[in-house]
Amino acid sequence: MSSPLRREDVAHVARLARLSLSEAELDLFTEQLGQILEHASDLSSLDLEGVIPTAHPFGLINVVRDDVVRPSLERDVVLAMAPDAEDGRFAVPRIMGEAP
Amino acid sequence: MKTALDTAQDVQSQVSSATAELETSLAAIRARNEELNVFLYVDEEGARATAASLDRRVADGENVGPLAGVPVAIKDNMCQKGIPTTCASRILEGWRPPYNATVIDRLLAAGAVPVGKTNLDEFAMGSSTETSAFGPTRNPLDPSRVPGGSSGGSAAAVAADMTSLALGSDTGGSIRQPAALCGLIGVKPSYGLVSRYGLIAFASSLDQIGPFAKNVTDAAMLLEAIAGHDPMDSTSLPEPSPTLVAHVNDGVAGKRIALVRELVDGADEDVVNSVNRAVEALKDAGATIVELSIPEFRLGLSAYYLIAPAEASSNLARYDGVRYGLRVDADDVTAMNEATRTAGFGAEVKRRIMLGTYALSAGYFDAYYGQALKVRTQMIDAFRRAYQQADLLIGATTPSVAFALGSKTSDPMAMYLSDVFTIPTNLAGEAAVSVPFGTGEAGLPVGVQLLGPGRSEAQLFAAARVLEIAEGRS
Repeated sequence: MSSPLRREDVAHVARLARLSLSEAELDLFTEQLGQILEHASDLSSLDLEGVIPTAHPFGLINVVRDDVVRPSLERDVVLAMAPDAEDGRFAVPRIMGEAP
Repeated sequence: MKTALDTAQDVQSQVSSATAELETSLAAIRARNEELNVFLYVDEEGARATAASLDRRVADGENVGPLAGVPVAIKDNMCQKGIPTTCASRILEGWRPPYNATVIDRLLAAGAVPVGKTNLDEFAMGSSTETSAFGPTRNPLDPSRVPGGSSGGSAAAVAADMTSLALGSDTGGSIRQPAALCGLIGVKPSYGLVSRYGLIAFASSLDQIGPFAKNVTDAAMLLEAIAGHDPMDSTSLPEPSPTLVAHVNDGVAGKRIALVRELVDGADEDVVNSVNRAVEALKDAGATIVELSIPEFRLGLSAYYLIAPAEASSNLARYDGVRYGLRVDADDVTAMNEATRTAGFGAEVKRRIMLGTYALSAGYFDAYYGQALKVRTQMIDAFRRAYQQADLLIGATTPSVAFALGSKTSDPMAMYLSDVFTIPTNLAGEAAVSVPFGTGEAGLPVGVQLLGPGRSEAQLFAAARVLEIAEGRS
């Protein structure tokens, strides 16, 4: 945790998050994210062995409803919000490369 | 400005009308919205139709609800059917939700009139409303300063007398901090008390909708109207809305209230003075005051700025240019996703998405996110121990009064520090209220924070009311 955040770490994380950064942004974010992580390093010195992590304020168990059909949004209403739709489906640019 | 309570009584008894009250609100919005940038969208047509319908029903002898004809401002991260909902982000610009958030349906059922959508930090990520893609909101009390954030537009709407009530959302202090900076009552309800259905997700285990008002009774009325179980939110508490308004005058006699050292340490002197005076006022009203140190609170900020970005990085993955909002075209789908997100998100949102992605990534998960979740457990345990010694806790809401526009925008860590006193409550899922009490630098309002365990809203309102009366705001 003590290892400083490197520029290539930020570039890698940006790729994972589907963001493209300019060279200037990479520099800025490396510095700013490094400062935030440095502040967060006060957690690393804590001995929390055996403490149970909390992901949610209540100890919720799965909440389920009765399995009955209910009205939902109309397909055409939902597709009308999409940037592109075709034949009752969302349309996107090609997913794979050209066929060989 | 007329209170929400008086407005509702006047509309129901036909002393006034929903239409007249709405026109007063719309005139106030027109007078200052250009200067202050409070509303991103004003639904004049829809609000007039809602008001006219309420007036017809009142004329027919119907009781239209506890918020009869009261105009309410809505933070623009809550869905209202057919009304542009942006989260103050380019990525959702122009999108109109196909359904109402549960809070909108409940407002309408209570006779309220939603007037429009207010500005916020982009996706509620910020503490000053300056990260909005549509420009900052200015503080009505001093337009050279910020209103706080992220619910800065909703706070400004009430502070500028555009509406008597507004809804905000509070993930790390986003209702209480702007309430403090604008001189209002701001409530972060217990996690699960108010349905999150239709609230656009930022950090789902922390987000909670709550009210802004100029007085305690109005805030209690609004919370009563929107709270209670909702089958559409699986994290919704199982019980119906609590009785709150009837308890606002219960006082604090016999209550034990703890002044928490970590909730005043580092605050400006004028803020500390206000907290000390508030403690005296509660003592005069019959409360027993104790002093506590809760060292775990010092770890809240670090834990929060790992947990909230981690959840945000997951929640904001949905903005991919496929189903709604912005799309920037490119040759293949991955390039389209990347071009869309790069163009659609602002710098603070990108910063948090990357921070969260990093904290969750292989090799760093245990050291950052995993460790933060364990601190969260310790925070909950620390609150539990504190509530064995006290019924409620008290401290400052923010370290300072409203700061100047632009003074923290280049230093994210300085901005994050303005949430240091509000974050513990969100991590523990508990309740807290910010109450204006006294003034500080330049005569600007100071917020005092009252904290309580889950489901303690009635006690918190009663204590807040004691402070309101002590300040001569009866």
